[in-house]
Amino acid sequence: MADMPTYPTRYAYAEAVQELAAANPDVVLLNADVAKSMRTNEFAERFPDREFNFGIAEQNMMAAAAGMATVGLIPFVSTYAVFASMRACEQVRTMICYPRLNVKIAASHGGLTPGQDGVTHQGLEDMALMRSLAGMTVIQPADATSTRKAVWAAAAHPGPVYLRLTRDPVPVLYDDSLQFEIGRAITLRDGEDATIIAIGDMVALAVEAADMLEAEGLEVGVLDMHTLKPLDEAAVVRAARATGAIVTAENHTLFGGLGSAVAEVLGEQCPVPLSRVGLGNTFAESGPYRELLVKYRMSSVDIAAAVQTVVSRKDRVCSG
Amino acid sequence: MDTDTPALRDLERMAATIRCDIIRMIHRAGAGHPGGALSAADLVTALYFRVMRLDPRNPSWPARDRFILSKGHACPVLYAALARRGYFPLSELDTLRQLGSRLQGHPDMLKTPGIDMTAGSLGQGLSAGLGMALAARVKGLDIHVYVLVGDGEVQEGQVWEAAMAATKWQTANLVALLDCNRLQNDGEVAGIMPVEPLAAKWQAFGWEVREIDGHNMREIVETLEDVRDHAVRPTAILAHTTKGCGVSFMENVPGWHGRAPNDEEAERALCELRRRLDG
Repeated sequence: MADMPTYPTRYAYAEAVQELAAANPDVVLLNADVAKSMRTNEFAERFPDREFNFGIAEQNMMAAAAGMATVGLIPFVSTYAVFASMRACEQVRTMICYPRLNVKIAASHGGLTPGQDGVTHQGLEDMALMRSLAGMTVIQPADATSTRKAVWAAAAHPGPVYLRLTRDPVPVLYDDSLQFEIGRAITLRDGEDATIIAIGDMVALAVEAADMLEAEGLEVGVLDMHTLKPLDEAAVVRAARATGAIVTAENHTLFGGLGSAVAEVLGEQCPVPLSRVGLGNTFAESGPYRELLVKYRMSSVDIAAAVQTVVSRKDRVCSG
Repeated sequence: MDTDTPALRDLERMAATIRCDIIRMIHRAGAGHPGGALSAADLVTALYFRVMRLDPRNPSWPARDRFILSKGHACPVLYAALARRGYFPLSELDTLRQLGSRLQGHPDMLKTPGIDMTAGSLGQGLSAGLGMALAARVKGLDIHVYVLVGDGEVQEGQVWEAAMAATKWQTANLVALLDCNRLQNDGEVAGIMPVEPLAAKWQAFGWEVREIDGHNMREIVETLEDVRDHAVRPTAILAHTTKGCGVSFMENVPGWHGRAPNDEEAERALCELRRRLDG
């Protein structure tokens, strides 16, 4: 993994949305004073009549996007995850999701990736909040390639989409032959002993963990569950049946995100040992992204340890 | 003047008819917000029966003017206007707030023909209107966007975010129509959280400001048409109104913000309104 090229998915988004806008005149871009950070300022230079910088006013931006969508535009609203999902949460719910408007929300700085900025800028609750909204589609691509594909898929998908992005560079896992479909997990490797179901930047760490475990004699599958909602329930159940143990990995609080969603499916359809890797009942702190992952037990080593745990629990499933 | 446009007298009669509809709807539903619906009746009538370009047979006509009832709790006034304008049968007004009805407790653009934007969570409508006004520019549509905002509603900070942004983009096709009835849910706006000086605030945000009597049909129509035809920047029309206007015992009484009249109160209200209609 160390020798792989890396790229922040926020930049891949900014590039893809420009290509999309070149092909579709209804695509407009909304910024809230983080255009330079997300590189969406390049869109502004190329399509000055279709870019709107709302300044530091995310609530207004979100509801304005709703209004634009009623007239037939496809607004891509670009800001950070904390502001998109929390500052403007009710605008997203009532003005976008309730009327099922065709607004795409691009939320950078997902999880601990804006590490040094600290808690105020680390979006760790956003996926749970967005997942709770009726009709919302929630996606976090694992790398730059799947982010580009996700932008086009989001535009082709009618209705609201929340697209979560990373501030920091993450390994490029896929080449352009990737088939990206909303709601369909990507199998990165098949396993025998357990499956890691990961989302976003944690997918690369899941692959790392699977490599470590292979050296220890465990065959571990990896699923890129890029779409948190609607969840690919069939893929979860298939993995549970095939390997009998599941670990989830998300750069997000453990309350309400991927781990919760997978637990719901397993609990209802195919109970097997499960361990969830993510942020516990705490706020994090400032620090480099990779170091934070280690401190808060979300590194590839922690994922590998979680796999060992679920494999050891296979013979201790509750009866019934 | 277009010979098809209704005369002021006809508009006044329509406003009185709509006030009767409001009372009947809220009485039948047993819940709702009569005060703010009655205060906005003349404004909404002028828009739907005279000022806005609409096609009730084609509610999603792309080139139509748009209306957002940002103070969505006043929706009986909008439902009555839409039904009287022919968007859906008058009989449907009896279904307000009932299970399965297309007439929700607050406006729902997916359910009700003629509703341009879902609204009801206060402070958000002007932003949506701004988005529509900007989208019209991108799409090359010559449309006007009217947003009806309560005077208490401007306590929401988002209203001022939208006001700032509209000035940045000089959306001359965006009109904020303020229903200044001076009351809100908990009491007088001036006591709950003062919003004055309203005119100076909108001016300071770069808006053109007009002040009118929100129950004088001539003034309402002349102002709306003048702004529609000549505005060069976003305009706030401060319409001074009386909450509960048309029903003596509801006028200026905060308690009628959000409660339905009982049988006897509804009958008294309708008697008063019918006298106005006949007069």
